Amino acid sequence: MRSVAFQYHAPRSLDEALVTLAQVAAEDGRIIAGGQSLVPTMAFRFVRPGHLVDINRVAGLDRLHAEASTVPGRTAASELVIGATVRHAAFHRPVLAGPLGPLLTEVASHIAHYPIRMRGTFCGSLAHADPASEWCLVASTLDARLVLRSVRGERILEADEFFTGVMSTAIEPDELLVEARIPIPNPGVRLGFDEFSRRRGDFALAMALVSLECVDGRVRSPRIGVSGVEDRPRRIAEAEALLDGRIPADDLFRAVARAAAAAVDPLEQPQLPAIYRRELVESSVRRALERAWGPTGHGAR
Amino acid sequence: MKHPITLTINGHRHDVEVEPRRTLADVIREECRLTGTHVGCEHGVCGACTVIVDGDPVRACLVFAVQAEGAQIRTVEGLAQGAQLHPLQQAFIDHHALQCGFCTAGFLMLSTALLERPAPPDDVELQEALSSNLCRCTGYKNILLAVRAASKVMHATSEAA
Amino acid sequence: MSAAIAAAGETPVVDRPSGVPAAVPGTAAPRTARPGPFGQSVTRLEDLPLVRGQARFAADLSFPHQLHMRIVRSPVAHARLLGVDASEALALRGVVAVWTAQDLVGIPCIPLREGPSAELDPYLQPILARDRVRYVGDPVAAVFATDPFIAEDAAERVSLDLESLPVLTDATAALGEFAPGLPTQPTTIRKGYGDIDAAFARAAFTVELELATGRHSGVPLETRGAIGRYDAARDVLELHGAAKVPHRNRDALARMLGRSPHTIHLFELHVGGGFGVRGEIYPEDVLVLLAAMRLERPVKWIEDRYEALMTTNQSREQVHRVRAAVAADGFVLAMDDEFFHDQGAYVRTHGDRVADMTAGILPGGYVLPAYRVTGHYRLTNKTPAATYRAPGRFESSFVRERLFDAIAQRMGIDPIELRRRNLIRPEQMPFPRGIETIEDNIVFDSGDYPLLLQKTLDALDWPRLQADLQARRAQGEAVGVGLACFVEKSGLGPADGVRITVDFTGAVEVVTGGASVGQGFETVVAQICASTLGVDYRRVRVAHGRTDRIQYGVGAHAGRATVMTGSATHNAALRVRAKALDMAASMLGCAIEGLDIVDGRVIRRGDSGPGLALGDVASALAPTARARGEREPGLTAEGWYETPSMTYPYGVHVAVVRVDRDTGAARVERFFVGYDVGRAVNPMLVEGQIVGGVAQGIGGALLEEFAYDENGEPLAVTLADYLLPTLDDIPPVEVMITEDAPSPLNPLGIKGAGEAGINGVGAAIAAAIDDAIGQPGAVTRLPVTPVRLKALLRQRAG
Ligand SMILES: Cc1cc2nc3c(=O)[nH]c(=O)nc-3n(C[C@H](O)[C@H](O)[C@H](O)COP(=O)(O)OP(=O)(O)OC[C@H]3O[C@@H](n4cnc5c(N)ncnc54)[C@H](O)[C@@H]3O)c2cc1C
Ligand code: FES
Ligand code: FES
Repeated sequence: MRSVAFQYHAPRSLDEALVTLAQVAAEDGRIIAGGQSLVPTMAFRFVRPGHLVDINRVAGLDRLHAEASTVPGRTAASELVIGATVRHAAFHRPVLAGPLGPLLTEVASHIAHYPIRMRGTFCGSLAHADPASEWCLVASTLDARLVLRSVRGERILEADEFFTGVMSTAIEPDELLVEARIPIPNPGVRLGFDEFSRRRGDFALAMALVSLECVDGRVRSPRIGVSGVEDRPRRIAEAEALLDGRIPADDLFRAVARAAAAAVDPLEQPQLPAIYRRELVESSVRRALERAWGPTGHGAR
Repeated sequence: MKHPITLTINGHRHDVEVEPRRTLADVIREECRLTGTHVGCEHGVCGACTVIVDGDPVRACLVFAVQAEGAQIRTVEGLAQGAQLHPLQQAFIDHHALQCGFCTAGFLMLSTALLERPAPPDDVELQEALSSNLCRCTGYKNILLAVRAASKVMHATSEAA
Repeated sequence: MSAAIAAAGETPVVDRPSGVPAAVPGTAAPRTARPGPFGQSVTRLEDLPLVRGQARFAADLSFPHQLHMRIVRSPVAHARLLGVDASEALALRGVVAVWTAQDLVGIPCIPLREGPSAELDPYLQPILARDRVRYVGDPVAAVFATDPFIAEDAAERVSLDLESLPVLTDATAALGEFAPGLPTQPTTIRKGYGDIDAAFARAAFTVELELATGRHSGVPLETRGAIGRYDAARDVLELHGAAKVPHRNRDALARMLGRSPHTIHLFELHVGGGFGVRGEIYPEDVLVLLAAMRLERPVKWIEDRYEALMTTNQSREQVHRVRAAVAADGFVLAMDDEFFHDQGAYVRTHGDRVADMTAGILPGGYVLPAYRVTGHYRLTNKTPAATYRAPGRFESSFVRERLFDAIAQRMGIDPIELRRRNLIRPEQMPFPRGIETIEDNIVFDSGDYPLLLQKTLDALDWPRLQADLQARRAQGEAVGVGLACFVEKSGLGPADGVRITVDFTGAVEVVTGGASVGQGFETVVAQICASTLGVDYRRVRVAHGRTDRIQYGVGAHAGRATVMTGSATHNAALRVRAKALDMAASMLGCAIEGLDIVDGRVIRRGDSGPGLALGDVASALAPTARARGEREPGLTAEGWYETPSMTYPYGVHVAVVRVDRDTGAARVERFFVGYDVGRAVNPMLVEGQIVGGVAQGIGGALLEEFAYDENGEPLAVTLADYLLPTLDDIPPVEVMITEDAPSPLNPLGIKGAGEAGINGVGAAIAAAIDDAIGQPGAVTRLPVTPVRLKALLRQRAG
């Protein structure tokens, strides 16, 4: 379990990083951020990069703050900007007031283990695109925008354009995910998260993230994201439609959860029959709904 | 191609030349000959290789040594002050928190980093954080007892100081 | 008397029958002497280097100029091996040699430890695969290079020409072919006693079950490692990184390599957990030795985790079809079992011992007048299997206790009441089980099984526990409790010896052929020696795991270490003590009877004077010392302990489990172990062993499984897939150690404790899950993964 040989580059500036990346992209040159997914896969020789471009010393990539949204017509007035070297551990305490900060803290606590969260990055998780990555679910459900930069210029992708399959994204070999921008939900939004994993810190077998607003006692703008089950995270339109405009109730949550379970098409995986994955989706969606609505959810009461 | 790098481990400077593919665990053990840091899985799951890098506990098998150039690294060999054991080391002995001892360095370094945080972890945080590492011998009960006991000692002395 | 329990946060207390002092029997130690550390929870001698990072595990040892070995392994489960091309690997800078089976002509397969067997020998594993590969991970070639990274780079470049063969992954399926003319069932185990047919004919009713235990194993945190070194100057071959049974492995290796055992030495380093799997001879051990001789450089091999999970012995995979004949009052008249033991691809050093032990110990501590068992010992295309902590017992306890639960359920009586009606009573001891295993004619030496069961129930306040759970279930929670009774075995003979020497500083050395796998062996031996001799245990140094220091040794397995080595130590210490007193009596000019040894000094009883330091007595016994007179030189003695049979400790396990009906996850909330250890040398260490065993048992019951797909591809080759329990998965285990039934077979009354924690865990958890989900008899297979548990819940709902 030893990596193949590679060349190591430690650029100090973003420009230098992009130039280096462009030069080595053709020889399976890769970025290393936290290394917490890349290094194990290199140890097993599943990936064999010719070059690693270490972005940990690049100045300015550790940005983590709220910024006015640059997209016209978006409901959210501002976005949480998460730079490429922001670690999972940065979310151990809420980074924002309002529903999003505490949600991210809760979600982070499910990612791997304490020492891994000290190094692993938010953007690295998105780039790695494990179907069971919590941050990918957050990005997908909350409509994050992903900012890609290369020597050729900048592109900004929506989450559903960004994730393309199991551990695959729209990032080109010479591109760097410089930041993720999550629309900051307004204070009235309620968020709830649930996941199931075999042991604490393991990758989840299913998870759900729910966002909803309550206007005049009815659910508005529901988002129901599910992941860990299909090849990538996604929102479940059928379940959202069932919830939209309705008065929250246990029966309703159960029906919505069942709808979500029926809508997913679980990946074929050894020892994990589809029927079981659907049951997990059902329980995760129901619990996430209950949390969003109940006293342990994040957001307005 | 080898890179000349300087690692500072337990306050001592180590000038070594390493291939980029050698992990920090490899280099601490093989080049710096500090074999107290163990390797149990090489893929980030067991925590036996935990060391403290610039104050944070990290898996030394998931960092390449070249990345640690210039960092302050602490390993189990640096815990005791001469013959005086660190309170965690003493607590591990007193509470029979080790059997084969292979996981011990990892648990000690993880716990050291946790207990040195400005706000020491409460019991829930402690259990969560100690679930990061694997031990195959003890069933964990005594590890938890030892870390709790050391926490009391360390915080009593730090308050007294 | 109330039982003493060590719950979370307490030091363990031992439930000693009143009036029994914690001193060593046979020393006639007067109560005026400071109590010896026998029976006390002193801290371990082993710990200091381990907490300081100064220990030396196999990977920590390097020799100048050493080579590194990397094994090329089969990527498929079953194929004909048509050729190996190493040319590309050899071209790599730093590669010194690549070996295949052709380089090993004349080197035999790794033999059975217990001697040749016509039935099993044809199925032994060659050092490198010859014309077939039989599991994913089967060693095919060995690469030797100057650097481990280069060795791994080169190993990738060795190409194998393979032609696939049908893959067998199910030991209950039709037999396949190991080699032409050799079916995949080398042997069948048959045992029994009593008239089965008559019992079934007169039974009020019968109960029949099919039960399965999953494939899991020890998975020590340290992977295997071996360093071979040949010293041509002295013609000595050394193997560093030995464990468990160094002496027996020395003999086996000497035979394989055609050397005298005097010229091959095995060295145990620090050992990062054994659990039965480490310390067997594996192909890599033989390869580093051969290479060290032929390549004339030290050769180091350290297994990586990926290899560990597909090549180190696995265990436990069995399917049982069991039936019971029961009388109307619940007395079980007979048990009839047929089981299939999945041995994996080859017969390894243990042969069929695990299957044999399963068959031997299945009846447990119940009277059971008639018993019959047929064990099909079968090969498949999976990693070879062998012993893992409590081999045959974890499996058989699951089967037996599930069967008893099913009988109770069928009769509508309390499962505990059913057990009471069937447990062997104390007045029946010693109880001949009527079964022979390879190792022993089973005779339970001592025990009061009903008493331990009662003490356990009392300690748990059973009625209240039941009421609490009932109340929680009424609130909709799925919680339940399960109990299992079992008999363990330990102290496998037949003989072990140690040598104890006191030097002129008064320091004591015990040299033993026992071995340490991290269980606190040094401390326990030192405690026994110290108590018997009359010194501080910290003055005792225990040298073990070195074949160059002592000619014989039993090592550390099958619960041997404490019982066998401990008893031998006691005997040797008695002799040293006698020699010291004899010499001191002459030095002090008084009668031996008036002397005692306390804290390393020979003193006159009732006298507060300084007495004589033991070191001075040793000096007086030096070969050159005049004072010695005609006495044998040296304050030193050998001591042996021989036993015709094993001792049988016993225990009760209780689990409280909560099930999440939505996800199928089962969580152990509470675990209780009641265990009679005969005499506990160091209760803290006994408790530590038990808690550690429980954790492993929970792993095997709920998390750990070496699964394979239908092509024989292993699915758990990383620690992210093979799920070892973490702190979060283990409840605060409560331990009650009792000493109601000291063994009559050894001078100290001790029985082993290493396997006490794991034995009944699968059985107790299965029963607790049944209870939690209100589906008696639901759990028939371990591990109870969420997928399986959810399927059980679905069955009922649907
Ligand atoms: C034992 C263990 C358990 C884990 N459990 C979980 C879990 O439960 N949930 C979870 O989500 N994760 C888990 N992880 C993975 C961990 O969260 C990683 O940190 C994360 O997946 C990747 O982040 P990283 O910064 O470490 O990325 P790296 O490992 O450095 O990189 C991962 C991939 O992304 C690419 N990449 C990284 N950053 C960028 C960028 N800015 N632009 C373009 N490409 C980039 C790299 O080239 C590489 O291909 C676990 C890891 C371990 C070892
Ligand atoms: S060796 Fe680094 S986590 Fe296991
Ligand atoms: S003490 Fe052996 S692994 Fe923890």
